Amino acid sequence: MCPSHPAPESPNVLKNNTFVGWLMALPIMAVLMFFLVLPIIMIVIVSFWQATEFSIVPAFVWENYEFLFGSNVTYRVFLNTFKYAAITWAFTLGIGFTVAYFLAFHVRSLTWQIVLFLLCTIPFWTSNIIRMISWIPFLGRNGIANSTLISWGVIDAPLEWLLFSDFAVILAFVHLYTLFMVVPIFNTMMRIDKSLIEAARDAGASGAQILWNVIIPLTKPGIMIGTIFVVTLVMGDFITVRFMSGSQSANVGRLISNDIALLAYPSASATAVVLLLTVLIVIGILLRFVDIRKEL
Amino acid sequence: MEPRPRSFYILATFFALFLLFLYGPTITIAILSFQGPGGGLTFPMRGTSLHWFRDLFEQQAVGDIWGSFRRSFALGLMVMVTTVVFSVMGGLAFRKKFRGSGLLFYLIITSLVIPSILISLGVGLIFSQSGFEVHWSTSGFGAQLTWTLPFGLLIMFAVFNRFDKSYEEAARDLGASSWQTLRHVVLPIIGPSLIGVALFGFTLSYDEFARTLLTSGSYNTLPLEIFGMTTNVTTPVLYALGTLTTVFSLLMIGLFLCLALLSARRKARAGSDAGKGMV
Repeated sequence: MCPSHPAPESPNVLKNNTFVGWLMALPIMAVLMFFLVLPIIMIVIVSFWQATEFSIVPAFVWENYEFLFGSNVTYRVFLNTFKYAAITWAFTLGIGFTVAYFLAFHVRSLTWQIVLFLLCTIPFWTSNIIRMISWIPFLGRNGIANSTLISWGVIDAPLEWLLFSDFAVILAFVHLYTLFMVVPIFNTMMRIDKSLIEAARDAGASGAQILWNVIIPLTKPGIMIGTIFVVTLVMGDFITVRFMSGSQSANVGRLISNDIALLAYPSASATAVVLLLTVLIVIGILLRFVDIRKEL
Repeated sequence: MEPRPRSFYILATFFALFLLFLYGPTITIAILSFQGPGGGLTFPMRGTSLHWFRDLFEQQAVGDIWGSFRRSFALGLMVMVTTVVFSVMGGLAFRKKFRGSGLLFYLIITSLVIPSILISLGVGLIFSQSGFEVHWSTSGFGAQLTWTLPFGLLIMFAVFNRFDKSYEEAARDLGASSWQTLRHVVLPIIGPSLIGVALFGFTLSYDEFARTLLTSGSYNTLPLEIFGMTTNVTTPVLYALGTLTTVFSLLMIGLFLCLALLSARRKARAGSDAGKGMV
């Protein structure tokens, strides 16, 4: 290869960048094309197909969408999905922010920060299914929570709504996804220039004022990224709702997976298209508040 | 050092409770998996034994646990290697702005936020409609990559955002070719982060459920097998399996973290102190 001379940015350089860039990005591009873009296109196409009892037939009909929007269940299930997302978001944000704040501003040595941070993230690398299963001995009818409350005399009979209820669903969501808040918020907090906080203190701000007027505004990008993660994970979930509600509650994901189980792929696809659009609109709104590439 | 404010103790308590919330349930099933043979899914413990672990190793245990473990392990390694290689290439590509890089970036974000069941459904449909058999090593492998690659790439973006370009310039000034610069300068510097990417690639694949659900075909991966057990197994054998695979995950995480620590140490030892002031 010839030694490169510093050349002025000419159209040629940009062209060359584009070629090399595409060459290097080709493998990722290929994977995403085949396993992300094509599947989405396929789902959109199949959402216009017809289903017979044992197979699906290519067609161009709107009946899947008509059925979807004509059914009351759809609206209730979508509303329920938003409800799960909103409640989980509020809890994960509250807990995640507090944990990140403690790690970033109250733990003084870097080693301890890393160790405690890792302790928060390790469960992310273990199985979600098992972490859900592990609530059974705690929440079950004769579980730890009920027997403790009974032995304390708080309740006389075991609470029935602990396991297999909306309560259990939200609890599992918070349990599974809080670290998606902790990590980005902690990351943003660690980049806050400590002298800003000192300056605020020198100017006479109280601890609460520093938190509200300095730290929270500067942490917003992290909060937004965490929000994107939590909201999309909860909105797209189907397995947590199915397992933790004991099949008693529904969200959009379960609607889709139920259709799949009945081999009603066109109907599942129509619901999937609507879900995808909903999620993308939510993300589109959230992305207006944060430039992800700048925050990495 | 100034004394700790009172808020420190309140927050420290909160943090401890959070850790208890995170780990408590898992520790509970770990304890319960040592139930005696007559024990049930909750406390009290009816004696302690290895009965339920022994059950796992016997033939009559439900399903094909060990087969699914082998498949999950192999798939995890495949996904890990692919994720590391593709993410490094993608990360390098994104260092210079190229036409279409914005579009690709949004594609990666979409891959991250798209509900997993859509990938499962879409990939499953493509394979079935074009007459291919879904299999964990083809459709399952690709479906999992849509989940691991975005994480790998985001890590690489973060790494290259902090990368000091003067090292490369120095190498080039000394006459190194682009390949030599990459091989002897860039890769050793980003090495420890690659172990992080590998950790994400392996563990996210090993535990993936939703994206593998309709794409793994007739041979289950371990998470699918475990989920199948939840509907028909009501003995602590479920906990024993959960405990074993969690221990396996923890061992892998520990291994990766040790490797990262070692390679960071090596880097610190082998690297010169030039430019230390800038770090």
